[in-house]
Amino acid sequence: MPDDPLIIAGTELRSRLLLGSGGFHRLDRFEAALAASGAEIVTVALRRVEQAPGGLYEAIERGGARVLPNTAGCYSAREAVQTAQLAREAFETSWLKLEVIGDRHTLLPDAVELVRAARELVAAGFVVLPYTTDDPVLARRLEDAGCAAVMPLGSPIGSGLGIRNPHAIALCREAVSVPLILDAGIGTASDAALAMELGCDAVLAATAVSRARDPEAMAGALRLAVEAGRVASRAGRIPRLHHAQASTEDAGIPDLADAERP
Amino acid sequence: MRVIVNGREHDLATDATVRDAVAAAGAGDEERGVAVALDGTVVRRADWDGTRLHEAARLEVLRATAGG
Repeated sequence: MPDDPLIIAGTELRSRLLLGSGGFHRLDRFEAALAASGAEIVTVALRRVEQAPGGLYEAIERGGARVLPNTAGCYSAREAVQTAQLAREAFETSWLKLEVIGDRHTLLPDAVELVRAARELVAAGFVVLPYTTDDPVLARRLEDAGCAAVMPLGSPIGSGLGIRNPHAIALCREAVSVPLILDAGIGTASDAALAMELGCDAVLAATAVSRARDPEAMAGALRLAVEAGRVASRAGRIPRLHHAQASTEDAGIPDLADAERP
Repeated sequence: MRVIVNGREHDLATDATVRDAVAAAGAGDEERGVAVALDGTVVRRADWDGTRLHEAARLEVLRATAGG
């Protein structure tokens, strides 16, 4: 949809699917999935070189996408800010997926630390895309802090549970004017389509692709689902009715066999 | 001089710089996508040669990995 770009911090993007590289263990599989996804943004993490086989950064560039470093594994604003500074130096980008986790079992964000880190990073010149809960008030706080987008979760990271509270995502949509990107919880294509139908501007998927039996095929499916959901969202769904409403008019119906119509 | 690189002790020359620590960690000399923190503070790539290490310096040498 070249006439319907996604604009984040003044940057025009054709794809509304962001790909997370999390969960990929083979570079060739990742590259195939990236190509099939059409994604122009790929998240990466920073880890000690011994734990990080090289080549991912180059693979993302070869695929024509830009790197979106994250602060995965950070549990405080201070730690997240330090990681962000390292990421900016490593990848020569000020864009950042900000994650400040509050609990290692649920991996839910720590809202207080998240807003604190967002303010600090925006002041330091970062383009901040925060991973957050599906809370419209917090979404507005993050927009007020200067975030370039807001990324509410559909369900816990890696759970594949889809969008547990569609109403909350719709409320987040109403709450902010910056791009809303559904992050975390996507399990399959229908989840991504639903996110777009609820008014999200984009979807970020990692595990849904990397742990699918066929990551390349799932990446292609999510691409189609995001496009379909976007078009459907703009087309306007019909209202939900309690009873059936015949699409064929009764007027002019022939009188046959004395049929009753209860 | 003993320094800690990514949690492991290394014995480096007394005039060692951040670039030497990057090599000790196993990252390529010209490898892109690598970042270094010396005692918790980012050292810009342009300063790797000019930044001397000190006894018991703590370094983190990082690169991109799958995540998020």
